Amino acid sequence: MNDIFPNLAIAYGEIFLAVGAMVLLMIGVFKKNSINLVSWLSVAFIAVALFLTVVSASGAAYTFNDMFVADSFTNFMKILVLIAAALAVIMSREFFKLEGEDRFEFPVLMVLATVGMMVMVSANDLMTLYMGIELQSLALYVLAAFKRDSEKSTEAGLKYFVLGALSSGILLYGCSLVYGFIGTTNFNSIAMAIGNLGDSSAPIGAIIGLVFVLAGLAFKVSAVPFHMWTPDVYEGSQTPVTAFFSVAPKVAALALLSRTLYVPFGEMSASWGQVVIFMAIASMVLGSFAAIMQTNIKRLMAYSSIGHVGFALLGLVAGNAVGLRGVMIYMAIYLLTNVGMFVCIMSMRRKEEGMVEDINELSGLAQNHPAMALAISIFMFSLAGVPPLAGFFAKWYVIVPIVTEGYYTLATIAVLSSVVGAYYYIRIVKIMYFDAPAEEFVAQKSFPMKLIAIAAAFLVVVFVVPQVSNPVLNGAESAAHSLSQD
Amino acid sequence: MEHFPILSAITFLPLLGVLIILSIKGEKEIVDRNAKNAALLTTVATFLFSMVLWFSFDQTTADFQFEENAQWLGGGINYKMGVDGISVLFVLLTTFIMPLCILCGWDTIKMRVKEYMIAFLLLETFMIGVFCSLDLVMFYVFFEAGLIPMFLIIGVWGGANRVYAAYKLFLYTLLGSVLMLVAMLYMYGEAGTTDIPTLMVYGFDPKAQIWLFLAFFASFAVKMPMWPVHTWLPDAHVQAPTAGSVILAGILLKMGGYGFLRFSLPMFPVASEQLAWLIYLLSCIAIVYTSLVALRQTDMKKLIAYSSVAHMGFVTIGIFAFNVQGIEGSIIVMLAHGFVASALFLCVGVVYDRLHTRDIDRYGGLVHNMPKYALVFMFFTMASVGLPGTANFVGEVLVLVGIFKVSTWTTFFALTGVILGAAYMLYLYRRVVFGELTKDDVKAMLDMDKREMLIFAPLVILTLWMGVYPSTFMDFIHVSVDNLVTHHDAAMATYHAAAETLTNAAGH
Repeated sequence: MNDIFPNLAIAYGEIFLAVGAMVLLMIGVFKKNSINLVSWLSVAFIAVALFLTVVSASGAAYTFNDMFVADSFTNFMKILVLIAAALAVIMSREFFKLEGEDRFEFPVLMVLATVGMMVMVSANDLMTLYMGIELQSLALYVLAAFKRDSEKSTEAGLKYFVLGALSSGILLYGCSLVYGFIGTTNFNSIAMAIGNLGDSSAPIGAIIGLVFVLAGLAFKVSAVPFHMWTPDVYEGSQTPVTAFFSVAPKVAALALLSRTLYVPFGEMSASWGQVVIFMAIASMVLGSFAAIMQTNIKRLMAYSSIGHVGFALLGLVAGNAVGLRGVMIYMAIYLLTNVGMFVCIMSMRRKEEGMVEDINELSGLAQNHPAMALAISIFMFSLAGVPPLAGFFAKWYVIVPIVTEGYYTLATIAVLSSVVGAYYYIRIVKIMYFDAPAEEFVAQKSFPMKLIAIAAAFLVVVFVVPQVSNPVLNGAESAAHSLSQD
Repeated sequence: MEHFPILSAITFLPLLGVLIILSIKGEKEIVDRNAKNAALLTTVATFLFSMVLWFSFDQTTADFQFEENAQWLGGGINYKMGVDGISVLFVLLTTFIMPLCILCGWDTIKMRVKEYMIAFLLLETFMIGVFCSLDLVMFYVFFEAGLIPMFLIIGVWGGANRVYAAYKLFLYTLLGSVLMLVAMLYMYGEAGTTDIPTLMVYGFDPKAQIWLFLAFFASFAVKMPMWPVHTWLPDAHVQAPTAGSVILAGILLKMGGYGFLRFSLPMFPVASEQLAWLIYLLSCIAIVYTSLVALRQTDMKKLIAYSSVAHMGFVTIGIFAFNVQGIEGSIIVMLAHGFVASALFLCVGVVYDRLHTRDIDRYGGLVHNMPKYALVFMFFTMASVGLPGTANFVGEVLVLVGIFKVSTWTTFFALTGVILGAAYMLYLYRRVVFGELTKDDVKAMLDMDKREMLIFAPLVILTLWMGVYPSTFMDFIHVSVDNLVTHHDAAMATYHAAAETLTNAAGH
C-alpha cells in the first residue's frame, strides 16, 4: 500500500510547516507592514506543528519508501527543535522592534530552517539526510548574513556558506562511498547489509565513507576539528540568530548523528567509536581553554557551545540506550540554559550605544539589575555544571554511561575540562557581582522576554527536585529505547 | 512516612528564610533591618528545631536514625537522609554556629545586606545537607553547591584581594571534587546503587579501592585542607568577611574529616590501611610546617588559618589510627576546633571592626583599655593551645593515645606540633594584648559591647563543657565509632585471610 500512496500521517508536522512557510511568504509579499502578523503567525504555525508532533503515534513508523521515520526519538528531538525555533522567533520579534530592520523574510526563513531540521531528525536514508541538511543550511546561510549593511554579518554569512558548502561536499562524498560499497542508501538496509557481513569486517570504502559522513555532520554540530566557523558566525550574526544557531540546528544535527551512528552503522561502533571519542575530547578541551581569553560574550558562548557539544558526544561514545538518553537530556537542558542566557544577552542594551557585547559591560550588574544578574549567574553556574543546577544533571547523565562502560580516562578528562570551563563561567559572575557598577542598561520591558528568562532560570533551578515525574527524563528514557536496540 | 521528616525540615528551613527575605521590598534601611531579623530568626528557629536531634537521638545504636527515604533520580539514586553518631554532632554544630555568624555581621555588613543574608542561609542548607545525606549523589550535590554562596561571600564582602581568593577557593575545591565524582560514578556502576549504608558494607575490589580512595582523597584533602593543597585556605580566610571565616573554619573544614569517616574508612578499608603512611606523612608535615609558618605571620587571620591546618593534621592522624580513641579524638578535635577557631576569628573580627586592620603590629596593649576582650581572647588562645579543661585538650589527648598505639614517630611529630602551637598562639597573644598601650587609635578602642559578648558566651560555655565533661558529647559518638572500628577490623581480617589463602595456594 505504501508503494502507491505514502503514509502522510507521520509527516503531518513537516508538511504543515512547509505549507505554512509558503503561506507566510505570500502574506508577507502581498500585505504591507505585515511583519507582526507574519511573526506571530509563524509562532502559531510552529506551535501547531509541535502539537501535531506530540499527538502523532509513538511507535516506530516509516514512510516514503522507508526514507522517513517517526518514532518517540524523533518526536522528542523535534519537540526540542520546535520549542527552540518558537522561542527564537519570539526573541527576534522583540529584538527587531528595538533595532529596526524589520523584514518579514526573517520569520519565514526561520520556519523553513525548522522544516529542514525536522526532516533531518526524521531522516532514515542518506538522501533524506542530505535534503534536510541542505534545506536547513540554506535558510541559515541567509539568516547569518541577514544584516546586509553590516560587514560582520556579511562576513559571518559568507564564511558560514563557504565552509558549510565544503562540509556538504564532504558529506556527499561520504554518502556516495557508502552507497558504492554497500549498495544502498537506506539506513535499515545498510544496517542489514553490515549485519550480514558477520565476522568479516566492513569494506574499507564503507569505513572511509562513514568517516566522511561523520566529518560533515561534525561541522553541523560544530565539533572540533570542524568548529572554526562557530565563533565568527556567532559573533557576526545578529543576536537572535545566534540564539537560534546555538540550539536548534545543534539539536537536529545531534539527532541525525545519533541515528546515523546507531541505526545504519550500529555494528561498526568499533570504527566510529574512536572518531567520536577524539571529537568529544578535542571539543571539550578546546571549548574550555579557548573561551578563557574571550571578551565578547557571543564568542564566549560559541566556545562554550563547542565544549558542550563535546560533552553531548560523550553520550554517543557509550553506544547504548543509557548514553543516548544522556545525550537527549543534555540537549534539553542545554536548550533551556542557552535560550535563557541569550535573552539576557539581548537585554544588554544602552540608550546611546545600543546593543553591547563586551563581557566587561556586565560589570556590577548585580547592583543595577539584580534580577538579571541572578538569572545570568544561574545560567553560568548551570553551564559550568555546578550542582544543584540542571547543568550538573546534564553532565551526570552523559558521564554515568561512559563510566559504566569502562571509559575512566575519558570521564576524567571530561570532568577536568569542566573545571577549566568553570573558570570562564564564574568570571562572568565575578564581573557582575564583584566589580564596580558600569553604566546601567535599558531595563527590559518586553513581557515575553522576561517570561522566557525567568521561566528558564526557574526550570534550571528546580530540575533538582524529585525527578520521577520529570517529563524530560521520562521522554528521553522511552525515546532512547526506540532508537537503540538494547 | 511514619514520622515527621525532621532532617529535611532542618535542612530546608533556611530556604524558607531565603524566600521570606526575597519578598522584602521597600526602602533600603527597612529592607536591611528586616532581612537581618528574618535571617536571625530563621537560623535560631533552625537551631531550636535541631535540638530535637539532641534530645531524641538514640545513643545506644550505631544505626542511622531519623531516616527519610523518597524517590529521586530513579535507578538506585534516592533521596535519603539520616544521621548516626558521627554526623549528628556536625549537624548540631552547623545549626549552632549559624546564628552567631548572622549576629557577627549585624553592624559591620552595610553593603548589600539582603544578598548577604540570603547567601548565608543558602550555605546553611547546603552544609546541613552534606551531613544528613545518605546518598552519594545527594551528598555530592550539597557538597558542591556550597561553593556558590561561599564564592559570592568571599568575592562580594571580602577584603582587598578577594577576587583572587574567591577564584582559588572555587577552582581548588571543584578540581578536587570532580575526581571524587568520577569515583562515585564508578561505584554506582559497580554496586548499582548510591545508597551510602549499602556501599559501606559493599566491599570493593582491593585494587580498585586504591584508586577510589585517591579520588576521594583528592576532594577531602583539599577541603580539609591537608598539606600541600592547603594554600587556598589562608587566602580565603584572610579575604573573607569575619562570618565567612567562621563558617570556613567552623564547618566547611569539617566536611573533609567527615568525608574520610563516612566514605574512605568504611568503603575503602584496605586502601585506607595501605595508604595510611601517606596520611601520616602529610599530616606530620602539615603540623610541623604550618606551625612554623604560623610563627612568622604578621596577619592575625592568616596565623589562625595556618593553625587550622595544623589542627586538621591532628584530625587526619586520629582518623587513620583506626582505633576508637583516635577516631573519637579526631571528632572531638573537629568539634572543638569548630568552637575555638570560630571564636578566634570572631576575636579578630572584634578588633578588625574597630581599627580595620589585621596587622598584628598595629595593635598592642589592648589589655589596658579592653579588659573583657583580653579575657575572652586569652580563654580561646589557651583553648587553642589545648589547655586541660578545654575541649581541644580532650580531643588531642585522645588522638595522641590512639596514634601512639600505631606509630610512635607520628606521635612524636604531632607532639612537636602541640609545643609549636603553644608558641605561636602565646606569641600572638603577647603582641596583640600585652605591652605598652602607645598608639592613639588603639587607645581609643572601646571594649566589647553586649552583642559581642552575647556571641562569645555560648562558645565559652561549650568549650568548657566539652573540656570538663566530654561524656555528654562522647556518648553520642561512641557506639557509632565503635561500630566503625569493628567493621574496619573485620574487613581487614577478611582481606588478610584472602591474601593468605592466595599465597598458600601459590606456595603449593
